[in-house]
Amino acid sequence: MFTKLANPSTFQKISDFIFPKCFGLFIVFLISGFYYVFFSSPPDYLQGETVRIMYIHVPCAWLSLGIYSMMAGCSFFSIVFKHTLADIISRACAPLGACFTLATLITGSIWGKPTWGTWWVWDARLTSELVLFFIYIGHIFISNAYEDKRKGDRYAAILTLLGIVNLPIIKWSVDWWNTLHQPASISKLSSPSIDPSMMIPLFLMVFSFLFFFISLVLLRIKGEVISRKLEILEQHRA
Amino acid sequence: MKLKTQRFFKVTSLLIIFLIGSSILFYNLKNNLVFFFSPSEILEKKISSLENVRLGGMVKKGSIKKKETEVGEKKVQETIFTITDFEREIFVYYVGILPDLFSEGQGVVVEGNLINENRFNAKIVLAKHDENYMPPELDNIVKPTN
Repeated sequence: MFTKLANPSTFQKISDFIFPKCFGLFIVFLISGFYYVFFSSPPDYLQGETVRIMYIHVPCAWLSLGIYSMMAGCSFFSIVFKHTLADIISRACAPLGACFTLATLITGSIWGKPTWGTWWVWDARLTSELVLFFIYIGHIFISNAYEDKRKGDRYAAILTLLGIVNLPIIKWSVDWWNTLHQPASISKLSSPSIDPSMMIPLFLMVFSFLFFFISLVLLRIKGEVISRKLEILEQHRA
Repeated sequence: MKLKTQRFFKVTSLLIIFLIGSSILFYNLKNNLVFFFSPSEILEKKISSLENVRLGGMVKKGSIKKKETEVGEKKVQETIFTITDFEREIFVYYVGILPDLFSEGQGVVVEGNLINENRFNAKIVLAKHDENYMPPELDNIVKPTN
């Protein structure tokens, strides 16, 4: 099944089938999410209305880590098994990951000013998230730096694999070191410390962003596959 | 062994070595990556009063006092409060605008100079908030039991 899925044209058939459903789910989750975010969820006891930034900030932050893990998996696959589809997925993911990371940083900054009293501090969580952004940018540059796409893919894959170190640092920075950023609310071992009335909009938004990402990445993969096919055709003609 | 399997083991082992190496590195960097020190930590270190440091902890309940002081010729309001980690505490003196979330019983990080064992002159005050999110009505129910 794995090799079947790794065949670009089979993959394309499946992705054409999935795409409209993902996009539809994105719209449904977004509308219901926005209803909860703006009308049906309460303000926070401490932060007041500012807490609503969380419903954008947290999905972006989770995606920025999730996309990177996916790219790391693809990079491993591409180096070991030399499969082009893994490179194509990596290449499709990188700019999206960079955008979600940037959105995390910007919304975090907007959230930080009214709550902490500062736009930016160099604490471990914020700095490691910024490093993640630079790694994404590095991936985009390296993968496009060579005339031969496969060469760029290879070096970008190595960068992605080495950058895995950053993931646990981002995740657990708030537990390992004193940071200004508060510790995790949802993934802690005891029960989550977000009230259900705020958890509902948060998860609606997380699913909405997730399906948004899946739809975009499927489109980008399609574009990349077609452009590679064109390249091969041109080489044959020349 | 097939070439693929060979590559698999090569890449995996290199990655494991790299990850172990960097975790050793970060483990040893531990003390340099903290954003602030707690009162007990800061009092154990010998820090000169000229050095810029960050101190963090809880604002002790009932410790916030405001008074007028003169800086140059202007009259300004000075805030004095106590930062505690429930073991040791330090008085903090600060002139300026406080963040909205600054209040008693909340976390806070201040940047400035440790003048002596009791006095910390803050230049910047940052509010730290915890990982709890709940609607205001619930807070009134939960708080008294805390």
